[in-house]
Parts: sequence; C-alpha cells; structure tokens
Amino acid sequence: MKFDSSTYRFTEPGKLGKIALSAGLVFLVISVLGYFQDSAQFFLAYITSFMFWLSIALGGLFFTMLHHLTGAKWSTVLRRVSESAAGTIPLMLILFIPILFGLHELFHWSHPEVYDPASPSLDELLKKKEAYLNVPFFVIRAVIYFAVWFLLSHYLTKTSVAQDSGHDDKLTGQMRRVSAPGMVLFALTITFASFDWLMSLDAHWFSTIFGVYIFSGAFLAIMSFMILVGYFQRRRDVLTDVITVEHYHDLGKLTFGFIIFWAYMAFSQYFLIWYANIPEENYWYLYRWDNSWKYVSLVIIFGHFVIPFVGLLTRAAKRTIPYLAVMAGWILVMRWADLYWLVMPTHHQGGFHFSWMDVTTCVGVGGLFVWFFWKRYTSYAVVPVKDPGLEASIHFTNT
Amino acid sequence: MKSIFQTLPQVILAEFDSAHSLVSAAKKLREAGYTKYDSHSPFPVHGMDDAMGLKRSPLGYVVGVMGFTGMIGMIALTYWTSAVDYRFVISGKPYFSWQAFVPVIFAITVLFSALGAFFGMLAFNQLPRLFHPVFNSEKFSRVTDGGFFISVQADDPLYDRGKVISFLESIGGRNVEVVDADEK
Repeated sequence: MKFDSSTYRFTEPGKLGKIALSAGLVFLVISVLGYFQDSAQFFLAYITSFMFWLSIALGGLFFTMLHHLTGAKWSTVLRRVSESAAGTIPLMLILFIPILFGLHELFHWSHPEVYDPASPSLDELLKKKEAYLNVPFFVIRAVIYFAVWFLLSHYLTKTSVAQDSGHDDKLTGQMRRVSAPGMVLFALTITFASFDWLMSLDAHWFSTIFGVYIFSGAFLAIMSFMILVGYFQRRRDVLTDVITVEHYHDLGKLTFGFIIFWAYMAFSQYFLIWYANIPEENYWYLYRWDNSWKYVSLVIIFGHFVIPFVGLLTRAAKRTIPYLAVMAGWILVMRWADLYWLVMPTHHQGGFHFSWMDVTTCVGVGGLFVWFFWKRYTSYAVVPVKDPGLEASIHFTNT
Repeated sequence: MKSIFQTLPQVILAEFDSAHSLVSAAKKLREAGYTKYDSHSPFPVHGMDDAMGLKRSPLGYVVGVMGFTGMIGMIALTYWTSAVDYRFVISGKPYFSWQAFVPVIFAITVLFSALGAFFGMLAFNQLPRLFHPVFNSEKFSRVTDGGFFISVQADDPLYDRGKVISFLESIGGRNVEVVDADEK
C-alpha cells in the first residue's frame, strides 16, 4: 500500500482488496454448500448479511446527501468514504438477485395458494394485503429502490470526482440541488425497502415506525464504518493530518446521538405495542421474549444501547481514536445482531437457533463489499481535493 | 445571588484592532502571569479559550449529576405511587410496569439536566451581574458591534497600575484607561 500525500491518491492500493475478494468468494462458496443442506436457513442468513452490508451503503448515501444539504464543512475530508460506500450499490444490486430465488423460502406471502380462496392454505389477513404483497410488484419495487439509490449515488460521486479536476464551485450547488429531492426519495425508498425485505418476513405484523428504525441503524452503520476506515488508514500513516482527532470527535458525537435515536425508535415501536397489548401486534414481540430469543433481545438492549451509551458518553472516549475504533467495531457487531434478531425469529419462533451459515454469508457478502468499496475508494483522490470547503475541513476544531 | 451586588474592583481597559490581535494579546497577558483579566468581543472568538488558558468547563459534571438525580428520583416516584402508595391494576399489567414510566423518567432526566445546565452556567459565569466597572467607559459601548477589549482587574496579584498600562500598550493596546467602579 503506497499513498501519495500531495495528490491524496493511493499509488498502490495494497492487498486489502485481494484479501477481501478472496475471503468473500471462498465464504460465499462455502455458504452455497449450506444451501444444499438447508435452503431456508441459507436464505435467512443471506438476507441478514445482505441487509447488514446494504445498510452501510445506504447510510453512506444518506451521509453524502446530508453533507451537501447542510453545507457542512467538517465532513468534507470524510466525504469520499461515504461516497464510496454508497458506490457499492451496483454490487448490492447483483447480490440482491439470489434473494429473488429464495422468495418462497423467505416470504410466506409469496406462495400463490395463500391468496387462493379455494385453497385450504388461504390466509384471510394476507388476502387483504395482496395488492401490495405480490411477487411482480415486489420485484418492481426492488427495481425502483435500486434505480433511485444507483442514480443518486452515481450522480453525486461523478459530480464530486469531476470537481477534483478544477475549481468549479457550481458543482457544489448542483450536488446540493440533487440532494434535496434525493433526501425525500431516500426516505421513501429505505422505508418501503425495509417493509418489503424485513418486515414482510412476518407479513401479518406491521409497524409504521419500522423504516425509521432501520434508517437509524443504517446511519449508525456508516458512522462506525467511517471511523474504522479512518482508523485503518491512520494505522498506516495515511491522512493522519487530514482526518484529525477533531473529525473523530464529531463522528463519535453523531454515533452517540444516533445510539440514543436508535433506542428511541426501538422503544417507541415496542412501547405502543406493549401498551395496547393487541394480539395481532404483540405476538411479534412475544416470540422474541417468551423463549430463548429473550437472551438475544437482552444482548441487544444492553449491547446496542447501554454499553455504547455509557462507553461514548465522555469527551475523552470520543477523542481517543483506538478506543473509538473498538466501539465502532462493537456497534457494527450489534448492528448485525439487531438485524439477526429481526430476521431469524420469524422462521424459528420456538427459540434461538444458530447456524454456521449465519456467519459465513456475512463474511462472504462483506468480503465482496469491502473489495468493491476499496476498489472505488482508491480509484480517485481519497479527499475531494478541489472542494471549496476542504481547507476549512482539514483545520476544523471543536472548540 | 451575591454576585448581583458584588462590587468588582477597578479595571484597566485597553482596546485592540481585531479579533486576531485580541487573541495574541490575551495570550501575552497569560504568559506574563496575569490571572484576573477578561476579554470582550462582539462575537465568540475562535481560539480564545486556549489563548486565555481557560480550562474545560465543569458544567458537564453538574448536568450529569442532575440528570442522574432526576432519573433515580423519577424511578422512585413512579414506583412509590403505582406499586406502594396507591396500587391499582391498569389493563391487567403489573403494578410497577416500568415500560409505562420510561417516557416520564426520560422527560424528568432531561428536565433536571436542562435546569442543571442553565443554573450551572449562570453560577460558573457569576451571573446575573447587574454592574461591571467597564460600563463606566464611554468607549466600551462599541464592544457590541466593532470593539475588542481586554480588562485587567485590580485584584490581580500582579496588579500595578503603571506597569499594567505600559504592558497593555506594549502589546498593542490603544486608548488604555483606568476605569473605577464608582465613577458615576
């Protein structure tokens, strides 16, 4: 790995990409062997891993647009990380295709007999949702989501890189203009995508806050990811004077804030259902609490909220970079646990169930994600070198 | 509230050209060993805390203690009212259903934190203070739009009127004047 600090470019991107790619391919092949052993478990594990890595990409898209919309200066040096994370959308589109082959294993509503009045498997409750929950519309929606995400991330990265070749302040305004409607589209697509791909795993259940819950997790994921990418480079003496402790401090503050926001969403969802205590809603929590899933639920309450809350409370915690990196890694593990807790109990309602595929698919998809991310990240300057706000960003301080 | 009527000693006031020269002057005062001086500017000046050698505010600890007190207090209050003093079964749930009380516990935690932040801030800033000797200076009124001032208080251990005046002039201060607390 060689870095030219005058042009902010990697002249030689190192072995990371190759290691990630080979790990990803090996683990995906191993996971595919699991498909022949237990195809339902394979798809459950696969969609968990897919959603985990996709949430980093979507968080990256959100953070990029937020940066443009607010005209933030501090985050300019971090923008290429979030742009490159969002740039993995084409890869995620390809990785989405296997899910289409697992619709019957994953989604009860995808079986035609559920909607057939003549069939003994007719489900009256699902019948009411037939207009939305059917395979053709599901595929159309997925195409729309990916089209929106791809067009937004492609345009923003393309414009941002175009700015590198010369001082053109107009491009900053253009990116901002695209980000405004982009933000609205993002809110709609991530909400409905989380309804489609996670909530409809148990199609009887519904929660209007579910999309915001997934969004809060996606934001945490990209924050942790950016901290880890920054730290990875710092350990190799790359960008040490550019991404300074002040930037980590701000990333830490946002992570801390969104830990609370995530807990707020999680509790809001739980609270209303607990209070009303209506069987059509509360069963979703019951099968996550009245059996061995309870321990996973407790791990998430403490691991995803209490530990990061206390662990990131102080100023020193946010400014001690190696410590912050450990917390970021921990939060990413908890992000995976949270998605695991959303997906797995829907098909293992009797109690906790763990399979080796849950881990291999995560490493497999993750390997490809890291490889693609690193390939994009090292293909241009790793900070927007001609951005009008770059100087202010490098010399930014918190006091 | 003793600070409202507290009389500050005599001060020596000097004007500076810009925020930049204000920062460097504040730094030189600190390096010369002065401790009881203050800088006045129309807007918060970047780097002034470092220049004056101000420590980080202890306000965060006040907020933390207050918030924690509010949280514990509200847990105790909800427990006592619903599970001890007036036990009442609501929708078949246990007497102490903590879930129902999370919003109010959260709200009181925030309220106590906010009160701690507000009154703690006033206390650490020695506010409210209705009078300050610098108000006796005609020129000082410019501090709200374009003036940058430094005032050195008479209770500074190094205070020596002649020396302070010449020192302030040597570091770029203009219109140096001695302002007494009871001039008017």
